[in-house]
Order: sequence, then C-alpha cells, then structure tokens
Amino acid sequence: MTPATPVVSRRFLLPVLLLSLLAGCASAPAPRGTGDLGVVIERSIGQVQVVNTTSKKALAKVPGLGDLSHASVVFSRDQRYAYVFGRDGGLTKVDILTASIAKRIVQAGNAIGGAISQDGKLVVAQNYEPGGIKAFDAETLELVADIPSVDMNGVRSKVVGLADLSGNRFAFSLFEAGEIWVADLSNPKAPKVQKYSAGKQPYDALVTPDGRYYIAGLFGEDGLAMLDTWQPEQGVQKILAGYGKGEQPLPVYKMPHLRGWSVAGGKAYLPAIGRHEVLVVDTKTWKETARIPVKSQPVFVMARPDGREIWVNFAFPDNGWVQVIDTLEGKVTHTLQPGKAILHMEFAPRGEAVWLSARDDNKVTVFDTRTKAPVAELKAESPSGIFFTSRAARTGF
Amino acid sequence: MKPAISFPRMCLSGLGLAAALLPLFASATEAVIPAPRARELVHMVRQDCGSCHGLTLKGGLGPALTAETFRQRPAESMVATILHGRPGTPMPPFKGIINEAEAQWIVQQLQAGFPNE
Ligand code: HEC
Repeated sequence: MTPATPVVSRRFLLPVLLLSLLAGCASAPAPRGTGDLGVVIERSIGQVQVVNTTSKKALAKVPGLGDLSHASVVFSRDQRYAYVFGRDGGLTKVDILTASIAKRIVQAGNAIGGAISQDGKLVVAQNYEPGGIKAFDAETLELVADIPSVDMNGVRSKVVGLADLSGNRFAFSLFEAGEIWVADLSNPKAPKVQKYSAGKQPYDALVTPDGRYYIAGLFGEDGLAMLDTWQPEQGVQKILAGYGKGEQPLPVYKMPHLRGWSVAGGKAYLPAIGRHEVLVVDTKTWKETARIPVKSQPVFVMARPDGREIWVNFAFPDNGWVQVIDTLEGKVTHTLQPGKAILHMEFAPRGEAVWLSARDDNKVTVFDTRTKAPVAELKAESPSGIFFTSRAARTGF
Repeated sequence: MKPAISFPRMCLSGLGLAAALLPLFASATEAVIPAPRARELVHMVRQDCGSCHGLTLKGGLGPALTAETFRQRPAESMVATILHGRPGTPMPPFKGIINEAEAQWIVQQLQAGFPNE
C-alpha cells in the first residue's frame, strides 16, 4: 500500500478541506475551474487520482472503478466529469470537483475505451465482448443506442479505434471483420450505419484534429486504411501501403495506440507496426515523406501541442525508454529513461510539461519539455493512463 | 496492491500447487524456477501479457487465459505458442525473453490458476 495522499472520505474530509484551502485545490468549497485538472489511472487498484497540472500535485483519490487494466477517459464538455471506461465494461462518471462517483454502470463484459459526441450529450463505449458500441446519455448514463459489430457473415468482431466525428457521428473499426463503420447517432433512437472494407486486422485508429480523416492502423497488412469522412462515398484508401517493404516484421509486444495528437505541422507521425520506426506522412498528399528510426516498437507517438516535438514511448521490454523527435530536424534529439515501464504520456494543455506514468516505479514523473529534466514526481499505484481536461475540447479525444 | 512481503510465500504455494497438479498433465515436465525469477515472470504475465490478455487474464485482444479456459488446453502447444507466437495473429514470440522451462512454468501456473502479484 502506498501512503495515502489526501484521500477524500468522510473521516478525512475536514483535514482535506483545510489542506485544499491552503493548496487552493479541487475539493475546496470555493468555486474553481477545472481547466488545469486531470486524472491518473491507478490500474492495479481500480482507482483514479485527481491531479492538478499547475501545482503538479495529486488532489484526491476516487476508488471503486473496477478493472482498469485498459482504461481510458473522456471528459464532459464543461470539464467537470471524467467518464472512465474500464476493461471489465465498467463506465464510471467521476465528478472531479468533488472527487466522487456521480454514476456508475457495467455495460459490457470486456471493453476497450470510449468517446464523447460533438455536442457532449452522448458517451459511447467500444466493446470487445460482446463486440459493438453502445451509446449512453452523458447526463444519466442510460442506454440510448446499441450497435452490435456483427458483419455480413454473422460474425461478431471486437471493436477498436472508436472516434467522434462531426454531427454526432462515430467511426470505429472491426478487428476480425476488417471493416470501418461510421454510425450516425444524430438521432440515437434510429442510428444509421455505413460500412467500409478496411483491410486486415485494424487494431486502432485516429481521426485528424479537424475531424476529417479517419485512419485505422492494420496489424495484418503493411499499410493503413484511411476514410475521408467529408467524402465517405469515396470509400477507404490505403496509405503507406508496403511500408514494411515485405520484410519479416519484428515481434510486437504491445499494440501501438493511435490518436489525433500525432498530427503536427501538416504531417502525421505514425508508429510503424513490427518495425522500429516512426513513419512521417504529408497530410495533404498522404504520401510518406520520411521514416525516423527509433529505439524499439513505438506505442504512443505524441506531438507536443505546439507540434515542435514528438515524444515516443515503446513496447515491452524497452518500455523504460522515451525518445523525443525534433520536427524541424526530423530526427531523434533526446533519449530519456524517465522510469520503469512508461505506459503513457500526457502534455500539459499548452505543452510546457509532459506527465509520464512509470508503472513499475509506482510514480508519475513530470518533465519540463524545454529542459527535458524532471520537475515533479507523484506517487501512484501502478499508474497507466493520464488524462487532462483539455481533451474535452478536442475532436478524437 | 503490492504485497511484497507475502510474495515469496505465494510463489511457493503456486509452485507447490503446480507440482501437485503435474501428474494430471502427461506432457508437462517439471519446471523449477528460482523465486526471484518467478516473481518477475508473474509480474510480466500479469502486466505485459496482460496488455493483450487483460490484467485479470480474462481476455482482451487475446483470449482469456484463466484456469477455467486454460485447463483444457494441451500444455505442449501452449508452451509452443508462448515461445514462437502465432504468425498472422498479434500473439508475439517470447523466446529470447523467456526460455523453455520458464514458458512451461507459466503454462503450469496458468492451468493451476495464475498467482497474483
Ligand atoms: C500483442 C498482444 C499479445 C501479447 C503481448 C501476448 N499475447 Fe498471447 N495471444 C494474443 C492473441 C491475439 C492470441 C490469439 C491468437 C489466435 O488468434 O490464435 C494469443 C494467444 C495466446 C495463447 C493461446 C491461447 C489459446 O487458447 O489458444 C497463449 C497460451 C498466450 N497467448 C499466452 C501469452 C503469454 C503467456 C503472453 C506473455 C508472455 C502473451 N500471450 C502475450 C495476443 C498477445
């Protein structure tokens, strides 16, 4: 057991309030914004910590969230609530101001993440088992739509790569079926689904920050599948086809994660699969412009919010390393060892700092992105995902 | 949860359990792993196999590896799957990271119900 940083329970409430007043933090009764708050997943104990990116401190803990071994989070557009999607199908609406659970349901047997609609009214979960997506009223978490991922042959697929699009549409991919589906939930009572053939074993996907291009990474093919969601009738186009040049792929000990953060300065920086490279694509032509050799199999390839740098972490057994790519120079400029088993990175809203979770060191380390030096450390039990409320305003998060 | 102190005990009981079950699996050869390495293996399976099979091993991108589903599986071919992976699927080969005796030990533990960290 880690010693508790302020736990919000009745017993501790008074000291916590006093502390909070002193620190000016979330659980204080005085009004406060949430723009500099976030949550850190403590995956082995089913808990999140509420953290402050200004003070670089943990404010409170919210336990009771179930199996968070592959947890992800989206935020309500008022940035007060964190919707936490657990591996066990749990969907918990956490009030980060009061550090308490506002609502909790278990919506599937095995889930992988979720998204929130453009208007903030629908929260959508993507599920492995039973495969499909489910939409919930963001206010009440009542089920409003259920779309099983059953293909033409009656086979039910695991759903990956769920992303929100404009007009309360959602794009997602079917791992077994190799399809991309776009569900229009503008009328959630009567969802409309369009289906596109994507390629072999899509494992995750991203939508570009403008919401236009939906790109699924393919495990079973050298290439990615791209759908122009402004002109979906044109169908899926393959990009970076044959990037592996027919060579035997290297083992992949953890699947890369794709998200819209990897798009910067007119280029997309994408993890190759089975190659120790970051692929660089021009987002106008969608042609490869470069590939940057990196230490190992990249997992997260994340642009600092200003796009000047790309931070990359790696799959087991090289997950103690992080590399920084300078986008002007187009090469790795820093190789860091921030801790054991770096599972995730999250930039402060404007990128002066990056938070890294070191699972096997039971800590979160905050690095200054300018000096590449650690500036703060927070204790956390087996930390994985770190999510800041600034995601609330971004498409694809 | 990090019961560092009680860990060796758990490991030993896991080993004991596996040994007790051995006669049930004709193909299983006895795999004896020193406790510190066993601890690392438990951590690796829970955390890093867990990224595809789930921390609780109830499944994710890869299938469940819980005792209920796993007991029926032929140990030999499970060992081969772990060492060599399954080409064409995301299951990667772990040879080079673990040796054959360690893979056998993992399979025995999975069939007996995998220890917690
Ligand atoms: C990158 C993802 C990934 C990782 C990491 C991974 N597996 Fe797998 N594993 C899979 C997938 C996917 C399958 C299913 C393969 C298939 O479709 O036949 C699988 C299948 C298996 C099987 C066969 C199960 C059966 O019932 O046939 C075993 C045993 C197994 N994995 C053990 C492990 C162990 C032990 C580890 C860690 C040392 C591990 N896996 C790590 C993805 C992974």
